[in-house]
Amino acid sequence: MQKSDVDIRSLQIGFGGLKVLENLNLHIAKSEFLVLLGPSGCGKSTLLNAIAGLIDVKGGEIHIGGRDVTGAEPKDRGIAMVFQSYALYPRMSVRRNMSFGLTVAGTPRDEIERRVGEAAQMLRLTGLLDRRPSELSGGQRQRVAIGRALVRHAGVYLFDEPLSNLDAQLRAELRVEIKRLHARLGATMIYVTHDQIEALTLADRIAVMQGGVIQQLDTPKKIYREPVNRFVASFVGSPAMNFIPGRITRDSGVEFIAGKSRLSLNGYAFCGQPADAPAVLGIRPEHIELTASDDPSSVSARVEMVEPMGADTLIWCRLADGTAFSFRHDADAHVRVGDTLTVRFPADALSLFDETSGQRL
Amino acid sequence: MTAAAQFLPAARRSKRMNPARWGLYAFIFITALYFLLPLYVMVVTSLKPMAEIRQGNLLALPMSPSVDAWVKAWTSACTGLTCQGIRIGFFNSVRILVPSVAISILVGSLTGYALSLWRVRGANILFGAMMVVAFIPYQLFIYPLVRVFSFAGLGQSLLTIVIIHTIFGLPTMTLLFRNYFASLPVELFKAARVDGAGFYQIYARIMMPMATPMVVVAVILQTTGIWNDFILGLVFAGRDNLPMTVQLNNIVNSTQGERAYNVDMAATLLTALLPLAVYFGSGRWFVRGIAAGAVKG
Repeated sequence: MQKSDVDIRSLQIGFGGLKVLENLNLHIAKSEFLVLLGPSGCGKSTLLNAIAGLIDVKGGEIHIGGRDVTGAEPKDRGIAMVFQSYALYPRMSVRRNMSFGLTVAGTPRDEIERRVGEAAQMLRLTGLLDRRPSELSGGQRQRVAIGRALVRHAGVYLFDEPLSNLDAQLRAELRVEIKRLHARLGATMIYVTHDQIEALTLADRIAVMQGGVIQQLDTPKKIYREPVNRFVASFVGSPAMNFIPGRITRDSGVEFIAGKSRLSLNGYAFCGQPADAPAVLGIRPEHIELTASDDPSSVSARVEMVEPMGADTLIWCRLADGTAFSFRHDADAHVRVGDTLTVRFPADALSLFDETSGQRL
Repeated sequence: MTAAAQFLPAARRSKRMNPARWGLYAFIFITALYFLLPLYVMVVTSLKPMAEIRQGNLLALPMSPSVDAWVKAWTSACTGLTCQGIRIGFFNSVRILVPSVAISILVGSLTGYALSLWRVRGANILFGAMMVVAFIPYQLFIYPLVRVFSFAGLGQSLLTIVIIHTIFGLPTMTLLFRNYFASLPVELFKAARVDGAGFYQIYARIMMPMATPMVVVAVILQTTGIWNDFILGLVFAGRDNLPMTVQLNNIVNSTQGERAYNVDMAATLLTALLPLAVYFGSGRWFVRGIAAGAVKG
């Protein structure tokens, strides 16, 4: 099975006067699993459809496996695609669904047989080959759709929110299956989703998109730990990152001031020179630590709500100046509403953003 | 389908007869009687000899029923100058019907498929307007069409009448299929394109097999419509191809001496037999097709 890289050069896409993508550049390496993550309307599906050749581009080039395919038909691009609504052919059996593309392409019968058998075995569909799609469950249907893509032996596999129509449990199961498939085939995969859990679990790299622009392109870990702006910080992570408005001062060492609380930023890796300016502090719920009350960098907060989540507990607190935040604690914590806690915000786990531009500082 | 689903539980609850249900059944019974009475009169009249009809008991059952009138209507009733019965018209109608139905559905489904892919703003308004145009009475078009066809060298012929029926069937057929295809997810079409199928392959191998209920509806609409047509057949088919409806009119309206009511009735029933059979045979399919068009996905 050949593996292709994908190179997108200053891509422009628009519908009428509306610009959806403008001057977008993206390179996806061979065997890479890239996730396009973003809210609906951010252009991620448009980008995927453009790679597939299902929509026209206004400018720029798309290269797949070193070949310029900007004007090529979808079938000539060496791609295969899986859709959100499965898009199985309702009047064909599972076998015919999977073999349709090969039949159209005139592949020899025994080769079709072999590939369908192989894909069916990989996806545990062997017993279902003679059924109609209407006789299958949602999870099985999506596995058939994945199988239909696999038999094409494509250089690049495109997934357009493939798990969004499934219930939570099936979604988790199929997610693992897709990850296993990628590990086994080592194929290049581009995967569109708005679900940040899917993105974090599956991707080698994530491209977080908003308004047709890639905000950050990096490994899941980096995106989670060091978001480049407030949008990425707030979109990735659940429960969401806490944001506390305040300002940075350099009176006595670099500090962050929110209301009456002062927080040392000693140990925070600034992108540039820190300046005295209004800023927003971001911290993930699991990075906040309980501490002793005599710790000089601690703040005290009142517990407003406790959400047990099974493995751990989410505790909603409010500082004396009214700023609310949540933090994650062990499930066996004896915390009740109305308690006062002393917490610490470790400087190396923080993210600081410019108040107006939202860029990481 | 949804209406049936709503009715079912209610029907189960009140299985016993109450006054409201008595009223309902009485209404259904009277309505059925009202519509069946003319049919009954036609059937009994066609089975009576003229002597019996002359007595004037319209509703009486025939005393000595015979199928003579039916045989005469089929084989030897006079349609103008020739006296070979209405069977000539029957076979003419079949020759007009089969290609007209097939071609109009083929062309209509193909244009409907093409238009379903054309998703521009205001498309629904445009297709609504097309539907309105489909209801403009034919008579308006006849003179211009006669001129156009004679200009194109197509006089009155079988080909002409088939083309005419295809043209007049096109708006309804196109909209029927467009609305069905437009209700299918676009991703289905995209998936087929990724699989390498072209425009016609997608039409023939994916879209049409899914549209079976629509095809049934289209066959019913076109068959009854074309079979019942009178004026287009009269104007465009030519003297040798006059359809059954025109022949029937000739039988009923050209009489020498006594009006043969039994033959008229038999000829009328023979003409109405095909649409009747279509409705009886396909009612279930018809409802299913309409429902399939209404439900998305």
